Amino acid sequence: MSEEKILEFEAPIYFKYSYTAGKTTTSFLNSIKKGKLVGQKCPKCRGVYVPPRGSCPKDGVATEEEIELPDIGTVESFTINYLPIPGGAVDPPYVSANIILDGADLAFMHIVDGIDHSEVRVGMRVKAHWKPKNEWKASLENIAYFQPIDEPDLPLNHLSDEKNA
Amino acid sequence: MREVAVIAYAQTPMTRDAGAQNEVELIMQVVHQALDEVKLNQTDIDFTCSGSCDYLQGVTFAFVDGLNAVSSVPPINESHVEMDAAWALYESWLKIQMEEADVALVYGFGKSSPGELRSIMTLQLDPYYLAPLWPDSVSLAALQAKAMIDNKMITEESMAKVVKRSRKNAKSNPNSQLSGDFSIGDLLSEPIFVSPLRKHDCSPITDGASAIILATKEKALSLCRNPAFITSIDHRVETAQFGYRNLTSSPSIQKSSEVINLSDYSIDAAELHAPFSHQELLLIKELQLNEEVSINKSGGVLAGNIMMSAGLDRIGSMFNLIKSGKVRTGLAHATSGPCLQQNMLIIMESKNE
Repeated sequence: MSEEKILEFEAPIYFKYSYTAGKTTTSFLNSIKKGKLVGQKCPKCRGVYVPPRGSCPKDGVATEEEIELPDIGTVESFTINYLPIPGGAVDPPYVSANIILDGADLAFMHIVDGIDHSEVRVGMRVKAHWKPKNEWKASLENIAYFQPIDEPDLPLNHLSDEKNA
Repeated sequence: MREVAVIAYAQTPMTRDAGAQNEVELIMQVVHQALDEVKLNQTDIDFTCSGSCDYLQGVTFAFVDGLNAVSSVPPINESHVEMDAAWALYESWLKIQMEEADVALVYGFGKSSPGELRSIMTLQLDPYYLAPLWPDSVSLAALQAKAMIDNKMITEESMAKVVKRSRKNAKSNPNSQLSGDFSIGDLLSEPIFVSPLRKHDCSPITDGASAIILATKEKALSLCRNPAFITSIDHRVETAQFGYRNLTSSPSIQKSSEVINLSDYSIDAAELHAPFSHQELLLIKELQLNEEVSINKSGGVLAGNIMMSAGLDRIGSMFNLIKSGKVRTGLAHATSGPCLQQNMLIIMESKNE
């Protein structure tokens, strides 16, 4: 009699956490609930971060000064996703992009739509397309996607120059 | 060997629930406080190392997020241990020995309030035979306490004495979570929590963070008036197979004591990382500390237990005693794993005449 091979066993782990967003993220989420994008400014290097994390990644100091930013920015980089992600909110193909808002020093990831995917380009100017107001909650998802606006593209070196300044 | 010393230490107040302060906000306070103490900037730090456990936060790579608290532009030389930050200090000490760093920043952080700490600690056990049965950290410690009581090594009264002294000493520690004057009678009249342990025999659930700066002798003497030199350091781990261990002894402590030549030193004070009262008694026995050695002046972890930083805090507390001139030669101890499975011993000394 040969022994049965044990290839797997189940050891489920469930934990409940009461998550704390922290002072800074709480403030950001309360603002976006009202349709406002509020970043923070570093007291040392004057870098502006949105969404803010409460600290400057360059200087490692607390950022407290709040600054409201427009919902207009520039595509810093992008990729077109063709593969579905399990549990993903958006059906492929879709464009994920690093978008840097006007006046900000750090890009964040969001979706670009409202344009043929083959026409998306680095340097393209975009504006937030907000979901209907009655669907707003404490989430960056209040912005459905960013869509192009009728403005000339920003030259690539302009993007990197600003960051390295 | 290069001579290495602790030159700065900072700790947040130890609280049951830090509320809306997140980990980054806790770390930032102590990192800046420690750097300011010796007037250094992050750019003066050659190596940064942290200790934490992602399960406490319930977020994968939470330790990477913690780096938002330190300046990492331009890029820094950094590492992390998924252990108590005392082991991050050990790694930093090695980096300095390897001449890859002269000054190192070590920090540890833990917010235990958001999750179920007793069960989360189960995840450090052997995942095939033990963890699926979900023995929690307090129950395992209770097994050890029971074995010690039945071996007539300790009594409920001697355990209560440990708690009494901890609470009393903690009165002079501004960061402590639990302190006060209690009589043995008061303590023994408290109900049993997990037999034979009462709640006060167990270290509390604590939120907080702490940071230490290490430096070579030359740097230490130029930056700090009375640095605490790490004269000897060793750590040992016992088997992860819980059933193989004799919980009433600590072979890892015995071995490390030998390696660091503990008996050659005249120890004034010891900071022992004993998350349960009976464990302090086991440590004192295995370390052969006599009655003249002052134990846990800070109150120890029964007065506040920042998970993943409590071992580092023993080293920091000993630094405070040495820096202030109250202690010349001290012993700091850190532990990890269930029932003192892994232990680190550090002899710390003042070199001031």
